[in-house]
Amino acid sequence: MSEVLEVIEENATQYLTFLLGGEEHAVDVLRVQEIRSYENATKMPHTPNYVRGIINLRGSVVPIIDLRAKFDLDAEFNFQTVTVLVKVFRAGKERTIGLVVDSVSEVYEILDEDMQPAPEMGGAISNDFVKSLATIDDRLVIILDIDSLINEGVLEQLDGVEVRD
Amino acid sequence: MSIDISQFQEIFIEESYESLDVMEAGLLTLDVGEPDSEVINNIFRAAHSIKGGAGTFGFEEIAAFTHVQESLLEAVRSKSRGVSAELIDTLLQCVDCVRSMLEANRTDAEIDADRVLALTSQLERYQSQDSESNEVVPEATADERQEQPLDDQTGGWKVVFKPYPDILATGNDPYRVIRELKRLGECQVEVSTENLPDLEELDPEKLYLSWTVELDGSCEESEIREIFEWLEDDCDLEIQRLVDPVEGEQVSDDFSVPAKVPVVEVGKKPVDNVFQRDVEDIGIASVESSSIRVDTEKIEHLINLVGELVITQSAISQYSANLTEHVHLQAGLQQLASNVHELQEQSMRIRMLPIDFVFQRLPRLIRDLSNTLKKEVQFVLKGKETEVDKTVLEKISDPLVHIVRNALDHGIESPQERIEQGKSEKAALEISAKHEGGNIVISISDDGRGLDLPSILTKAQERGIVEEGDVLTDSQIEELIFYPGFSTAREVSDVSGRGVGLDVVKQNIKSLGGDVSVTSSLGEGTEFRIKLPLTMAILDGQLVQVGGEVFVLPMMNIEKSVQVRDSDVNVLPNGQMVYRFDDEYVPILDLDQFFSDSLSPARRPEGILVLIDTGKLAAILVDDVLSQQQVVIRSLEANFRRIETLAGATILGDGAVALILDANELVQVAHNLQGINNEPLRKVS
Repeated sequence: MSEVLEVIEENATQYLTFLLGGEEHAVDVLRVQEIRSYENATKMPHTPNYVRGIINLRGSVVPIIDLRAKFDLDAEFNFQTVTVLVKVFRAGKERTIGLVVDSVSEVYEILDEDMQPAPEMGGAISNDFVKSLATIDDRLVIILDIDSLINEGVLEQLDGVEVRD
Repeated sequence: MSIDISQFQEIFIEESYESLDVMEAGLLTLDVGEPDSEVINNIFRAAHSIKGGAGTFGFEEIAAFTHVQESLLEAVRSKSRGVSAELIDTLLQCVDCVRSMLEANRTDAEIDADRVLALTSQLERYQSQDSESNEVVPEATADERQEQPLDDQTGGWKVVFKPYPDILATGNDPYRVIRELKRLGECQVEVSTENLPDLEELDPEKLYLSWTVELDGSCEESEIREIFEWLEDDCDLEIQRLVDPVEGEQVSDDFSVPAKVPVVEVGKKPVDNVFQRDVEDIGIASVESSSIRVDTEKIEHLINLVGELVITQSAISQYSANLTEHVHLQAGLQQLASNVHELQEQSMRIRMLPIDFVFQRLPRLIRDLSNTLKKEVQFVLKGKETEVDKTVLEKISDPLVHIVRNALDHGIESPQERIEQGKSEKAALEISAKHEGGNIVISISDDGRGLDLPSILTKAQERGIVEEGDVLTDSQIEELIFYPGFSTAREVSDVSGRGVGLDVVKQNIKSLGGDVSVTSSLGEGTEFRIKLPLTMAILDGQLVQVGGEVFVLPMMNIEKSVQVRDSDVNVLPNGQMVYRFDDEYVPILDLDQFFSDSLSPARRPEGILVLIDTGKLAAILVDDVLSQQQVVIRSLEANFRRIETLAGATILGDGAVALILDANELVQVAHNLQGINNEPLRKVS
């Protein structure tokens, strides 16, 4: 085993990367609870289309957010489609949420100094959800800030959804 | 070893609240003049445990304040002073004051020092009265004689205190004990080092010393024992009266000396009780030791796990249903099913508490209110032992208090008015709780003036709740008092009657999945009935299919389910469909259409209509009605957020998630769609 163990640099963080519309995105690996192949979720009424529904995760009810739909990307479902279950923090409370992505790729260790702030950019993903950018083997990796993605990007909007009453 | 005292402080605060409730309840049953000694003992014990805890956990102000109360109570207990109505009043105020002190500690707020000071001086005034009048008070009832010979001895005490080696790990400090003993009088302390091991064997976290203290002065044995109250399980303790040199006679007493002449071993019984012979005390001690305090989170977790087990068990039963040739397997599975069912029921019962926890607030409320309102009320509480889920219990308190206030304020007449009406001066108020089916029903009934239906109707018309010319049945008029902005009080009083109230009560109860109704007859009285589900964690559910998904409807709200017949459905000009039920038209909510946010015009319904009654009626259109089963309610909020019209989610036998519909909100939605919200009770006929 010992040759597999790598020494983690003090100022480095490990990230899980996954593909969304061809681009590589990353989240802090410590936030990842598990990865499971995509399964159909129970649809929830009165939620935006990127909320795929809820699933039973060993007895607790977990909502599933399709990041592709959230970012206006094509959402294909094939054998590579996975749900990444992540822990997010909202108002000091830990919650578990599933993120649907095209496929997971790898776990990278990224040094703090290799990360740079995201430039101002337009497009579907507002900069608020991008923590920083990093280059790995000449490829761009977009490091997502899942807390603000979920809080401002998903739950916030959901809270704004008015139900007819 | 450092101990985080804050967690104990929380427990202390919680326990003190309970003790305060006990004190309050006791004080309220106390008769002026001839107090029941059991009741006084209860009050005293409660005050004493607050004081003890407050001292230990560093709540100096509370300890000092309760000490004054305790000494006064001690005087009452030993019958050296009587009980007057003012004394009870003062003590009740003290209870409130301690409560506010605890609250202040909990919220880090300032303690209202003036209030404490005022009450303290009031208490001290009582005590100084005592010392003046002490000689006059007749001495020695049978109760007292037993303590008397012990108390006034001057021979002093010998206390042998041998702590167990690991006493330090319990956070107790022997030095504190010696210090406390010194406060009681002159002390000669001898320390024994005979058990001290050699240095290399010495464990610095253990205590090897023991002490012999000779104590002068006229303190009581109970005072000494009090010091050791928290240590009794962690030491060997002997308390011995020193032989009085003058009389040269060993003081013994039938009560203080069982078998073992003058040494009294401290067992595990509460210290106070050693010299008390009340059988009832022993009863209380055993009650206390037979219950434990458990974090509700642990129980939630257990119940969730049991819920899982139920799901797993039903899944296994499903998978193995066709393995009929394995007789033993089938028998085992059946056994498992019944065991799991039993386990589920029992674990749900852990959360059940007697409704008395809420009821015990009422006597005080009724007493204070009837004083303020100058009304005389004889009240009865029935079914105190009726058990109900803790969550329900916590939320029912405010609505209940509100209704009781209403009854006192509006329902019950002044004594004068009652006499004029030919009723007895004292009004009767009965509050009862009982189980009825899967529900708990709380009824609050008075023999007051009853609801004045014509004036309610007039008022409702004035406020535009009902349109003029509408014909309402009596029960519909009674129902009007639950509408927002409705208050029948002619004058707004500070007790109740600001027009917010009964509608909020109704809302709160509905949010618990229950309902409240009222019946009344003019001049004879009013009865409020609150109906609540026994538990909020498990629901008897009807599974229904809507647009490919399975939803759960609470059985308790389902009136009936019918196949849609064209002839019973009408469409209003705005497209809203209504269903004819008896002589009422109820709005139909097409769930599929509602959930898919579709704005397509109403189609002729196909499927099954489920008639839901939550006080208001609505018919829910679903594609199919499936099986009925008990479901464990899981919150959506835990990982997500609340969604209107959904009460939560559950996991079915096959592991799939199904959403639980909120019947109240669905009915609300159905009515709003129909646009008759402002005139909900109008009969369409």
